[in-house]
Amino acid sequence: MQAILFDDVTLVLAGRTVLADVTFAIGDSEFVGVLGPNGAGKTTLMRAVLGLVAPERGRIRVLDRPVAAGNARIGYMPQSRSAVAGLRLSGGDFVAGAAGGHRWGLPVPSAADRQEVQWALAMVGATELAKRPLAQTSGGERQRLLLAQALLGRPRLLLLDEPLISLDPHHQREVVELVRRLQQELGIAVLFSAHEINPLLGVLDRVLYLGNGQAAIGRVDEVITGPVLSRLYGTAIDVVQLNGRIFVMSGDYDMEHDEHRHDHGHA
Amino acid sequence: MLDYDFMRHAFAAATIVAVVSGLVGYFLVLRGQTFAGHALAHVGFTGATGAVLIGIPPLWGLVLLTVAAGVGMGFLGERIGERDVAIGIVLAFSLGLGLLFLHFFTAYATQVTALLFGNVLGVDVATLWTMLGLGVLCLAGLGVIARPLLFASLQPELAEAKGVSLRLVSVLFLAAVALATAECAQIVGVLLVFTLMVGPAAAAQQLATRLGSGLLLSVALAIAEAWLGIALAYWTDWPTSFWITALSAGAYLAASRKARGSAPRPRQGPSSLHPLT
Repeated sequence: MQAILFDDVTLVLAGRTVLADVTFAIGDSEFVGVLGPNGAGKTTLMRAVLGLVAPERGRIRVLDRPVAAGNARIGYMPQSRSAVAGLRLSGGDFVAGAAGGHRWGLPVPSAADRQEVQWALAMVGATELAKRPLAQTSGGERQRLLLAQALLGRPRLLLLDEPLISLDPHHQREVVELVRRLQQELGIAVLFSAHEINPLLGVLDRVLYLGNGQAAIGRVDEVITGPVLSRLYGTAIDVVQLNGRIFVMSGDYDMEHDEHRHDHGHA
Repeated sequence: MLDYDFMRHAFAAATIVAVVSGLVGYFLVLRGQTFAGHALAHVGFTGATGAVLIGIPPLWGLVLLTVAAGVGMGFLGERIGERDVAIGIVLAFSLGLGLLFLHFFTAYATQVTALLFGNVLGVDVATLWTMLGLGVLCLAGLGVIARPLLFASLQPELAEAKGVSLRLVSVLFLAAVALATAECAQIVGVLLVFTLMVGPAAAAQQLATRLGSGLLLSVALAIAEAWLGIALAYWTDWPTSFWITALSAGAYLAASRKARGSAPRPRQGPSSLHPLT
């Protein structure tokens, strides 16, 4: 089974071509990192998989079916918003708000919903922290709650949009390892977008690198190379390895780190 | 105090309004759309004065125009809460238009004051029944949309991905807000709708960490503020709306202080101190 198939897909957002004639396939239990500069289309690609952005041309299949909106078999973690961080609402009630949340009626969770929420919280190790108000959770803890929310309904495919944003390296590592463990325990496919490759080194099966309307997919050592990235960035790129870390440089300018600092990305 | 008809009517009307605005207001605050709610009340002023001008009851003008404006706002966009300037301009224009209608009607100052600042002691039995009907309609609507509304308020992108129509939910919710606003304006007037719609709900969200207890507390605070306001007005002969605004502000300040005092500072990693985004 394939988790995602893009067949000659062109995605256009507000008149701008984000991806042009892109083809790739992702297996049903692959952990794939989605990288690329701001505006390369990481979020748009995920929204296309969710059926929220229709392709201009080409064919998208998700979990062996044509792409459709409201697919219950996809779990999604949008980029976290600061608004949620100030709420006094408990983490558990925040997660439960998403359980069966598409049904009309009163927001009273059924027994099955409650069970599902408990399961998801346990999977990410958030059972205890779910009792605290959101305002008293750290960025890393909130990411765990968002991840629990994404797991509701036992999806076969997880789309995680920049889960590492504004986390320090220690918490970044925690989130990456948690996602890897979930991906393997549940045997599901994960698309994990990030600004830089380093926190994900050693856990990714493959990397999908976007840039310049194009995409390259493969193992890290196949994709994160000077020639491939030069094509995707549209400028001469050197890939430098240092102490097990990878630096994507244009001249003496660190592309990935600079992107990270300026990101407000909803591309 | 309850020997008088107008006092009994006042307490009954205040109860209906408090229940409706406590519940609707909770979601309004949660969604960060309080300014939109404030603007709807001002549109209501145009509706009420326009209705007087063409000779229909002001309450109906108020209801019709606020609901139309609420639905319009919902269609314009999901993130209306961010369109402060657009909302502010519509708000100001609505008051201006209302003023023009009054100019043609040459109404008495007391009627204008009642519209702007409320007149809970002037509620008659017929108005009471109308308010009950509108309140039931508003809460029935809210009951139908509450679950996707909560989902869409907490996690709009995820809700959209799971098949919730953010626009439909937003339109229906703002229609409910419009009904609640029209109700609220009967008690505290269009200028002070904030005090019952937002004050109790915001205070409740500072105190309660559970959804259910937050909603109940919001309603309880709204009822307490409205009743106490009427009672204090009876004893002091000061305006009811003044007392309600004072109680609402007091409850919110006390709740904020308590939330800040009791809560340990959020545990934050170094990244939170030096945000990269």
